[in-house]
Amino acid sequence: MVRKVKLRILFLSFIFATVVLTIFLILKTFEENVVYFISPTEIKSLTELDNKKLRVGGMVKKGSILTTQNKIDFIITDFKNEIKVTYSGSVPNLFSEGKGVVAEGYLKDLNSFKASKILAKHDENYMPPEVLRALEDK
Amino acid sequence: MLFSNVGHYSLIFGLIISVILILHSIKRLNDNNIILGKKIFYLLFSQFFTVVLSLIFLIYSFVISDFSNQTVYNNSHSTKPLFYKISGTWGNHEGSLLLWMFVLTLFIFIFFIKSKNQPKNYRLLTITFQQIIIIGFFLFLLLTSNPFNYLYPVPKEGLGLNPILQDPALAIHPPFLYLGYVGSSIIFSSSLAALIQNNVNKEWAVHIKKWILSTWIFLTLGIMLGSIWAYYELGWGGFWFWDPVENVSLMPWICLTALLHTIVVLEKKSILKTWILILSISTFTLSMSGTFLVRSGILNSVHTFANDPGRGVFILVFLLALVLLAIVIFFLYQDKNIKVEKKIFWMSKETVILINNWFMMYFLSVILVGTLYPLFLEVLTNNKISVGPPFYHKLILPFLVPFMFLMAIGPNLKWTKHNFNKINYQQILLLIVALIISFLIANLNGVNLLFVTVVIAFGFYLFFVTLKDFFEKKYNISQKLAHFAFSFFILSVLFNGIFSTEFSANMKIGDKIHFDEGIIKFKKIETYNNKNYKSLVGSFEIQDKKNNLINLNPEIRIYNQPSILTSEADIKTSFFYDKFLVFNILKDDNFFNVRYQIKPFMLWIWISILLLATSGLVSFIKKIK
Repeated sequence: MVRKVKLRILFLSFIFATVVLTIFLILKTFEENVVYFISPTEIKSLTELDNKKLRVGGMVKKGSILTTQNKIDFIITDFKNEIKVTYSGSVPNLFSEGKGVVAEGYLKDLNSFKASKILAKHDENYMPPEVLRALEDK
Repeated sequence: MLFSNVGHYSLIFGLIISVILILHSIKRLNDNNIILGKKIFYLLFSQFFTVVLSLIFLIYSFVISDFSNQTVYNNSHSTKPLFYKISGTWGNHEGSLLLWMFVLTLFIFIFFIKSKNQPKNYRLLTITFQQIIIIGFFLFLLLTSNPFNYLYPVPKEGLGLNPILQDPALAIHPPFLYLGYVGSSIIFSSSLAALIQNNVNKEWAVHIKKWILSTWIFLTLGIMLGSIWAYYELGWGGFWFWDPVENVSLMPWICLTALLHTIVVLEKKSILKTWILILSISTFTLSMSGTFLVRSGILNSVHTFANDPGRGVFILVFLLALVLLAIVIFFLYQDKNIKVEKKIFWMSKETVILINNWFMMYFLSVILVGTLYPLFLEVLTNNKISVGPPFYHKLILPFLVPFMFLMAIGPNLKWTKHNFNKINYQQILLLIVALIISFLIANLNGVNLLFVTVVIAFGFYLFFVTLKDFFEKKYNISQKLAHFAFSFFILSVLFNGIFSTEFSANMKIGDKIHFDEGIIKFKKIETYNNKNYKSLVGSFEIQDKKNNLINLNPEIRIYNQPSILTSEADIKTSFFYDKFLVFNILKDDNFFNVRYQIKPFMLWIWISILLLATSGLVSFIKKIK
């Protein structure tokens, strides 16, 4: 009986230890790998630049895409503020002017963004929620 | 019109049968007649029949493009090819729920036929629980997502199906996934019934294992089909993005895999009963909450057919009610089930299975937190975050090392107590060989990630050990095949991740660009008109470093209804690598966005998953013999 109780205590403390360890690991990794989503307006209100990876969401401004052989420049707008984006790489097929877009990368300064990945949702009617709100406010 | 009415009333009739079945089952619980007669058989069959009838009428409405039906109007178009008219039936919310009902009623019918040797009350209770689930879905279907809503005036033309869903892999992906999800509902009902009847024993384990296996096979194949589709259709050349929609299908799979292993322990040793019940309930809960997340519009993806909050709330309330029911039953009856405490020794097959269960629960919680935390954070703080692949890779990869080590040694240990009389030099030798191979591979290719190299080493170790076991012992071939396939899978995925190369540029017709892997030439574009889309076929010539020429012809499709562009990648598959080329229109400035990728071992990833499913099938066939 004593042996059984001992075993059970050992087992429970083992469970407890692993759960704590798991939570610790997850939170630690979270800190390093989370990417915040931000709108052009929120960027404008930033006071300092940090070098963390960000996602900027909005619409591709009409007439703003400028293509050369190894890069694509365009402007993301939420109809209040806008930000210039430089990107080289491949784009999804729903990437076009006047459509919603999410760019992942780093801020160079408060007006320009260097994207390392472009995401567009696979639905022609999709709009980033911020843009939707911005459009409704108008 | 007529068909829609029949389909609709047929569903109501099915709902009534559910109620009758529950009342009848409860009445029969207390009588002494141990034989369940034809009555339940006929009731279950007619319920199945009502759903089949509805489904056939819905498919028929899609085939004849009956736009007086709202579902058909929203999701079909008269110029769509017949195959996609039929598969379009479940390419939308309402229709896919009807398919879900079809699988639900089919499975309980099969369960009734196949469980004749089981105790009477256990069968009755399983039917009762399953009918509670069925009633919930009938109500959900009829109240929030009726596939037979009538439109007047009748539109002349439908809105069409999202072209990226017009794809053969996607036509069969939902049915397979549903067979898996719904299979978990049988496991749920059955384990609750077994718990109440104090029936969680070896005989039950043998009986329910067949259901666990078939569910597992379907879920595996369903996830694979979705992944194959994402690989060639979304045009990014990846097969798994750790997207929440993908994660919600992987979570029940992990839970089910853990259950599959513990049920073997129950079968052999009669222990771990409580844990098995928890796993059964969790698998079903995860399947259901996956459906909730995907259908509610909280996650934005192709799966979100309509953003109707009412639907999400319904599923959520229903899910909570079921989980609450399960928990109440669990605590009421759980104590009666634990009688004998058998001795557990540290070194035995069951401890190794339990430890690996532990790892699986860890993987599960990582994915669960990664999927749900951003949602909670957004609700609570309005901050939007996303959790990318690095998060999952960092947390999962290191733990694959002990996981695969135990997968290698576990199957060769004895039940109850294993004595290490002599040191197994063969195993140590294999481990050393595996380490040397992986360090050589890493060094030759300049991979300077120590822990990836270690994971590869243990992948090879598992690979060699299972390979050796194939030749040594003939019994339990399915287990060996499964572990072999898993090592094969992990190795392919790792090599694919490390050695993939890509090149992208914006090109005009006639351009020729030199890049790391050779020269790419954009020769011409040809235009074709098809029934429901116009296609632009690009012609590219790629010269690699050894001066081999290959031609790749990716396509851009411009669908007319709904008007949408899709890119169809051209993939040249060979035994060792895929060459993947996709191109895109940017705007009307003659530039095309071109992306060329070399993906090693893609074919092996699919083969290893198929092997994994085959191992399940082998075990299933052995069980029903």
